[in-house]
Amino acid sequence: MLRIENLTTDLDSDSGLVRAVDALSLTIERGETFALVGESGCGKSMAALSILRLLPDSGRVSAGSVHVDGIDITQLPEARMRDIRGRRVSIIFQEPSTSLNPVMTVGRQITEVIERHTALRGPAAVEKAVDWLRRVGIAEPERRINDYPFQMSGGQKQRVMIAIALAADPDIVIADEPTTALDVTIQAQILELLVKLQASQQMAMLLITHDLAIVAQVAQRVAMMYAGQIVEVAEAKEFFARPSHPYAVNLFEALPDTSKRGRRLASIPGSVPTLNQQFTGCRFAERCGNVTDRCRSAPPPLVEYRPGHAVRCVLYQGVTPAEAVERVSNKDAALPPSSATGDTVLEVRDYRVWFPIRKGLFKRTVGHVKAVDGVSFTLAAGRTLALVGESGSGKTTVGKAVLQLLRNTARISGSARLAGVPLETMHGEALRCARRTAQIVFQDPFASLDPRMRVREILEEGVASLRPDVAPGERAERVVALLERVGMRSDVLTRYPHEFSGGQRQRLAIARALAVEPKLIVADEPTSALDVSVQAQILNLLQQLQYELAVAYLFITHNFGVVEYLAHEIAVMKEGRLVETGSAEQILNRPQHEYTRTLLAAVPRLSRA
Amino acid sequence: MPKLVFLATDIVLYLLLAAMAFYAWHALRTPTLRQAWRAVASDSAAMSAAVVLGAFLLVAVLDSFHYRPRLPAAPGVAAGAPVAYSTQTLSVLDALLAGPREAREKTYSVPLGTHQYSKESMLVGGKMIRDFPRLQFGGPHLKDTGRDWIGDLVRRSAAGLAGGALAAATLWLAVAALRARGTGVGIRESLRAIRHKTTYIPWRAMLLTAAALALFVGWVAALWPWYHVFGTDQTGNDILFQAIKSVRTALVIGSLATLATLPFAIVFGILAGYYKGRVDDVIQYIYTVLSSIPSVLLIAAFVLMIQVFIDKNPQMFETGVERADVRLFLLSAILGITGWASLARLLRAETLKLTELEYVQAARAFGVSDAGIMRRHILPNVMHVVLIVAVLDFSGLVLYEAVLSYVGVGVDPSTNSFGTMINSARTELARDPLVWWNLLAAFAFMVTLVLAVQLFASAVREAFDPRSRAFRPHRAKPAAGRARGAVTEAP
Repeated sequence: MLRIENLTTDLDSDSGLVRAVDALSLTIERGETFALVGESGCGKSMAALSILRLLPDSGRVSAGSVHVDGIDITQLPEARMRDIRGRRVSIIFQEPSTSLNPVMTVGRQITEVIERHTALRGPAAVEKAVDWLRRVGIAEPERRINDYPFQMSGGQKQRVMIAIALAADPDIVIADEPTTALDVTIQAQILELLVKLQASQQMAMLLITHDLAIVAQVAQRVAMMYAGQIVEVAEAKEFFARPSHPYAVNLFEALPDTSKRGRRLASIPGSVPTLNQQFTGCRFAERCGNVTDRCRSAPPPLVEYRPGHAVRCVLYQGVTPAEAVERVSNKDAALPPSSATGDTVLEVRDYRVWFPIRKGLFKRTVGHVKAVDGVSFTLAAGRTLALVGESGSGKTTVGKAVLQLLRNTARISGSARLAGVPLETMHGEALRCARRTAQIVFQDPFASLDPRMRVREILEEGVASLRPDVAPGERAERVVALLERVGMRSDVLTRYPHEFSGGQRQRLAIARALAVEPKLIVADEPTSALDVSVQAQILNLLQQLQYELAVAYLFITHNFGVVEYLAHEIAVMKEGRLVETGSAEQILNRPQHEYTRTLLAAVPRLSRA
Repeated sequence: MPKLVFLATDIVLYLLLAAMAFYAWHALRTPTLRQAWRAVASDSAAMSAAVVLGAFLLVAVLDSFHYRPRLPAAPGVAAGAPVAYSTQTLSVLDALLAGPREAREKTYSVPLGTHQYSKESMLVGGKMIRDFPRLQFGGPHLKDTGRDWIGDLVRRSAAGLAGGALAAATLWLAVAALRARGTGVGIRESLRAIRHKTTYIPWRAMLLTAAALALFVGWVAALWPWYHVFGTDQTGNDILFQAIKSVRTALVIGSLATLATLPFAIVFGILAGYYKGRVDDVIQYIYTVLSSIPSVLLIAAFVLMIQVFIDKNPQMFETGVERADVRLFLLSAILGITGWASLARLLRAETLKLTELEYVQAARAFGVSDAGIMRRHILPNVMHVVLIVAVLDFSGLVLYEAVLSYVGVGVDPSTNSFGTMINSARTELARDPLVWWNLLAAFAFMVTLVLAVQLFASAVREAFDPRSRAFRPHRAKPAAGRARGAVTEAP
């Protein structure tokens, strides 16, 4: 059906020519789901765009061929290529809110595809569009077809996107992270829908994702990419039962889940190499625990060492496979015992955060958005409370309100006592003192550090502001000690944030929060912008700091793997209220509330043999 | 010893130069800024424009050192009497160009002409005749103008161009030699690198621009002492001299007015974006009202008020130039005060975006004061917008001055400016035979200046605004092993 041979894509960037996809070869049969997995920047999305020839202006396919039913579409003129796109090969993008045109009705957007590729016109095309809306599970399609995208929810928009992609009955559909922007319950529905439609249409599907759990749920075959190359290809069952490349093995070890509680995650040191270079050896060599001289001398080929299972690693060239797997496994020691004292750090009672809705000339308040509506919980020193919930449930608002960041914008009632001190009543100097005890680590490490400040200034700012009693000399010493604590060298002090990778920036953000020696850190999705291997590094660091310093974490997240691995207590939020609170063990194994059960059931899981 | 005079605009111009020098020093020390400016320095159009701008700037600076020459002691005055100074304030440029400045004819004459443009009654050999009289300073050395004129012109032009070419060649060699010393390669190698455009800084384009400039200057320098190169205006003044004097006016208006917008725009823009709510409402009302009044009306009202003030206080100004300068200075200030709305609006939007960013929230969680956050976290992160808008607005203001002077509410009539030159063209183009050179000279100089600024500004914007970079499709270099046409079709 789809046969890609030796596909190579180059991008022209400021740092030279980047080979984003390097000699990618794969075939997908009709009715098959093929998953391309890998971390950000590994070239999986570029591969998808190369297939459809939708590369950005700075990119080009420099070698290789893409055959759809025997036709090499890299050689087609652009006019013929337009007949291929949507009709033969179609794509579903990641972000439904930006991939739909906001000024066209959804019906018009679907009929556009139908009229372009089929003989149907006018009412017949509309009828077909209504039919597709029904098939992607949108209720009352006759009415909704005249809706604009803003009238729909995120999940519905993605359904519409799927309807557009499938409207002309393509043979192949590429799904580029189709559920990454969606909540976990919606994600489950969309995946189910995709699988169902694929079966009924007998399409081939190329699923591109970073989430191994999704792959485990839907894919028949898997190719794992690293630094522009496929490093491992296998049947999904085989891949999950017997991951072979050291990178794949380590990635599974780095995934947080319940079974790894109390142990360090096996993090992969270092980061992905930049692709603007000529590789003379294995691209993973710098981060691999099994590296030998052979790895560095020549780039390893992709070798099929078992039927249907190919690996790009010298370990599988001439060595018996069992031995190889054993050798790449690397499991770390258990974590040291906690120094927690058990004192209550944060006590939140009946907390409400209402955002006023203002209207009219004089901006009178006409109503409220009840972002948080009556939330109560307590958090002890050295413990982690995971606040979980879907987007819009108010979990981030709780974190920010507790840190008194929303004072000017929202009406807050109820009480939050930080180490026994009520926060709401404090102003000026007293509030500054209280701020020392609570700090925050944000989700996006690229937005949370001021790009115009050096690392030293960033780290010292908090100390200078909250601890004016600390002398400048001591402040500098403290900053150096902090960097050591988060595992960075002190020569980074004079550098700017843009010189660091995402994981390093998150370390700096953590160091900044620790600078004032807080007792509580609000961690707002601190790892959701990071790749799995880097996430493991950060989770290890957070755990280690908790054991050493007895800080309490209010951990805001939607990632259940992280929750299972890290949390002592869990609070589940929905629409501004807590639906269930309890110990991690209790919530994960014996959920009481209906919503918690739905949530847990929707989480995709790796069922490794 | 002449008496030094410091006009208000002079002082601001000096300060501006000092600030630019400081900024250059700061940018060299800051990696992010250095990188952005390096991108500007690699753009050949921008750097050629910079050469032209440099020439204009040199003229403006020479025209900004003012003095009043000492008058020779009158006969019969005691030795200890106070020194008398001329009532004329001159600049260094005036002194350098004393010849053309004082070479005044009676009325219009064509460029490089030898005779006046209009007939006059003259007494020749006792007979009254009407003819075109000879110019006093237009080819006075020629015996028979009809026969000698063209030969003289060609000879002098050739000499001037040769001089210019010599200067250009010297410059070329000097740059190559300096580069050779800096990079440690031979001078021959360095020359080759420049010729084949393999240098990071586009020296070839810059040197070609400089060469063109040198040829023009050489040509003018050879002819100017003997002819009015661009002709004369109604009162017989040399047009080229006026055009050169107008450069300073244009630069002063452009830079001063831009500078005057900055405090309002930055303070109001950031305050509105940071505090939102009531503060935002008030500031928005102010600039909405301001931008809904036609700005020409507003400026006319202000200028008339200033004129009344100047006329009522003649004792405050010692010379005519000082009076005119105050008007120029205040006009720039008015342009600034009435023109900050658009930049403030941009800064407000940018600040609104920044305050939602997490590093600002982190600073709040650290208890950093509002003023501290605005100064440390917001201001540095909106400065690229300020820079881009300032450079883009500059040329707009130069053009605006021309409009205002044309309407009659611009600079003082005695100040040379492109606007006053264009204003006079109104009648000149209506008379018969028409006078075209005054307008042409003003137009050519102004277009060169504005075009140079625009080219430079677009490079600055591209370097500092990441979004604008995304719009420019920069093509991948052809990779080895595959034909071009096979992989990319026409966009």
